[in-house]
Amino acid sequence: MTRAALWRTSTWRTPTWLGRLKKPFGKAERPPRPVNPVKRADRFTVQDLMVEASHGIGGHTGRLVMTTMGTVLGIASLVVTIGFAQTAAGQIARQFDSVSATQVLVQPGKAGNMFGSGTPKTSLPWDAPERVERLAGVEKAGLVGQVDAAGARITAVPVNDPSAPQSAGPPLLAGSAGLLDAVRGSVVTGRFFDAGHDARADRVVVLGTRAAEELGVNRVDRQPAIFIGDRAYTVIGIIDGVQRRTDMLDAVILPSGTARADFGMGSAQELHVRIAIGAGSVVGKQAPIALDPNTPDNFDVIAPQSGSELQQSVQADVNIVFLVLGLIALLAGGLGIANVTLLSVSERVGEIGLRRALGATRREIRAQFTVESVVIGLLGGLIGAALGVFAVVGVSLVQQWTPIIDLPMVLGCAVLGAVVGLIAGAYPAAKASKIEPISALRQGV
Amino acid sequence: MTDSQRPDTVVELIDVTRSFPGPPEVQALKGVNLAINRGDYLSIVGPSGSGKSTLLNVLGLLDRPSVGEFLLDGVRTGALSEEERAALRGRSIGFVFQSFHLLPRRTVLDNVLISTLYSGVPRAERMPRARAALDRVGLGHRLGFLPTTLSGGERQRVAIARAVIAQPRLLLADEPTGNLDAQTSREVMDLFEELNADGLTLVVITHDSAVAERARRGIRIDDGRVSVLR
Ligand SMILES: Nc1ncnc2c1ncn2[C@@H]1O[C@H](COP(=O)(O)OP(=O)(O)OP(=O)(O)O)[C@@H](O)[C@H]1O
Ligand SMILES: [Mg+2]
Repeated sequence: MTRAALWRTSTWRTPTWLGRLKKPFGKAERPPRPVNPVKRADRFTVQDLMVEASHGIGGHTGRLVMTTMGTVLGIASLVVTIGFAQTAAGQIARQFDSVSATQVLVQPGKAGNMFGSGTPKTSLPWDAPERVERLAGVEKAGLVGQVDAAGARITAVPVNDPSAPQSAGPPLLAGSAGLLDAVRGSVVTGRFFDAGHDARADRVVVLGTRAAEELGVNRVDRQPAIFIGDRAYTVIGIIDGVQRRTDMLDAVILPSGTARADFGMGSAQELHVRIAIGAGSVVGKQAPIALDPNTPDNFDVIAPQSGSELQQSVQADVNIVFLVLGLIALLAGGLGIANVTLLSVSERVGEIGLRRALGATRREIRAQFTVESVVIGLLGGLIGAALGVFAVVGVSLVQQWTPIIDLPMVLGCAVLGAVVGLIAGAYPAAKASKIEPISALRQGV
Repeated sequence: MTDSQRPDTVVELIDVTRSFPGPPEVQALKGVNLAINRGDYLSIVGPSGSGKSTLLNVLGLLDRPSVGEFLLDGVRTGALSEEERAALRGRSIGFVFQSFHLLPRRTVLDNVLISTLYSGVPRAERMPRARAALDRVGLGHRLGFLPTTLSGGERQRVAIARAVIAQPRLLLADEPTGNLDAQTSREVMDLFEELNADGLTLVVITHDSAVAERARRGIRIDDGRVSVLR
């Protein structure tokens, strides 16, 4: 054994003989322990604390309601604020992949007179779909325009019966091959015309479902024909489900090449563009340039606002107003709790004195009043959170939104109520713990 | 000289003075020497303002002497921390007050149980002890009542049950019959005497000479000075 090790062992463990010797000479000899230690379970435990605090609160129901009111309002408005922000964000996210967020419409601008019905400043080129489809974010583009049939009637049979009622017949539209995809339509039966039909000016048509019904066409496998004036056109398909230009469902649609050849159609009126999510603002800016690099301003573009911009602006609007209101209400709630706990302390001076006489320490008195105000705060927080959730769900139901409420957020708000109680109770509880038992006992309970 | 030689001494006051700094300074107790043995039954009389309650507060560890020493069960209480004094108060001393000091919104049983919270009574024993204490004071049939529905004598008996449930060494009563009529006073004093016969050390402050004369020992305080009557 080295010296160091020896030294260490001797300091670690005082030899028993030394311990025995030390006692009689000990200067600060304390009397035998005045208070034998009590088992932890038999002391004033958290369980006891909770029971006593709940009795302290339970006494005045009416006062309790008034006390919690501020916290209830504060927490409720916080939950409402955050709940609505989340609901709005969810709502926008839904709109975001819905049709309106993925469509761009380009039209020739009108030479402005006050009534917005002047002559077009420019016209859409026939190759507009190809030009626009080269842009990033564009999925499909298609032209559409009305065709002036020059009084020619559209019928299913070529009879010219002057006694038959002169119905207007379905409207006549012309489109490019990509039109159906661009407006998210679907083919019920047959097919839509393609670029080949368009280029060859084939005499084919596609019918919207309601036009097909009107003309009595329900299948295309036998190549039925319809007549525009006295010219026959083969029906190659029936379409449905379009999300834009729903008038296509009532119309007879020609390839634009055919319309040019047979009816001398000048130009299309609208370019529908289906875009990728989030590409709205970019495509909206670039499409007119692609169509006419020299005078892009001649086109009017309707493009969806970028999703995130919209989301941010909505969220910001809701947050500031309600958040400030909520915090003010919470502050008022905290002051309310502090006030009532202070009142309760001064009313219960006798009780405090009695508890001290029965052996309660200052710490135990302080703990009791702190827990009382924490419980009041938590109660307010829970009620407020529940009311907030009801409000968000109720309004969402009326507005047909999907309510989105984060459960941890709601619980967090309820706990925030308890924190408010904790802070509000600090001063009254400290005051209660400083009350001298003698003077307190002079006051009755 | 102290604990080991006189194990039967519960209370020993040595030259205790308690002065309240003025102005004017009030000496509520002046050089009091007093010993109380286990099982003693002591009455304290004296005019109003003579220092009876002040003495009781010192004995109950609610107050500290300005000068002098108070030994409880041989322990020098002056050297104890506030926490230790609170623990000692909870376990060794029982109080009975003139105005009962019952919590008005808690049942009779709860009022008695409160005393077990701070005095280290084993949890499992609390309920049986509270029932036994209330049976003992003749209120076993009033457990669920609120104090406000009880008569004065019944209230004081609840307070006595509360004071003895933690099995204190010393029971201090400040005018326990001050709010009671003669008949009820006698009943309460009968109860005190039964408890004393079972070995409880009892100190009773009173204005009522009929009450004071029942005690085996009596002292009188005049202007803070103690004189022994018997
Ligand atoms: N905290 C205090 N500050 C100043 N003086 C006090 C204080 N407490 C008591 N005293 C004074 O000490 C004296 C004794 O008071 P104490 O309460 O002990 O009287 P008492 O004998 O109990 O009277 P009573 O019979 O009326 O209850 C009185 O003069 C009182 O004014
Ligand atoms: Mg008095």
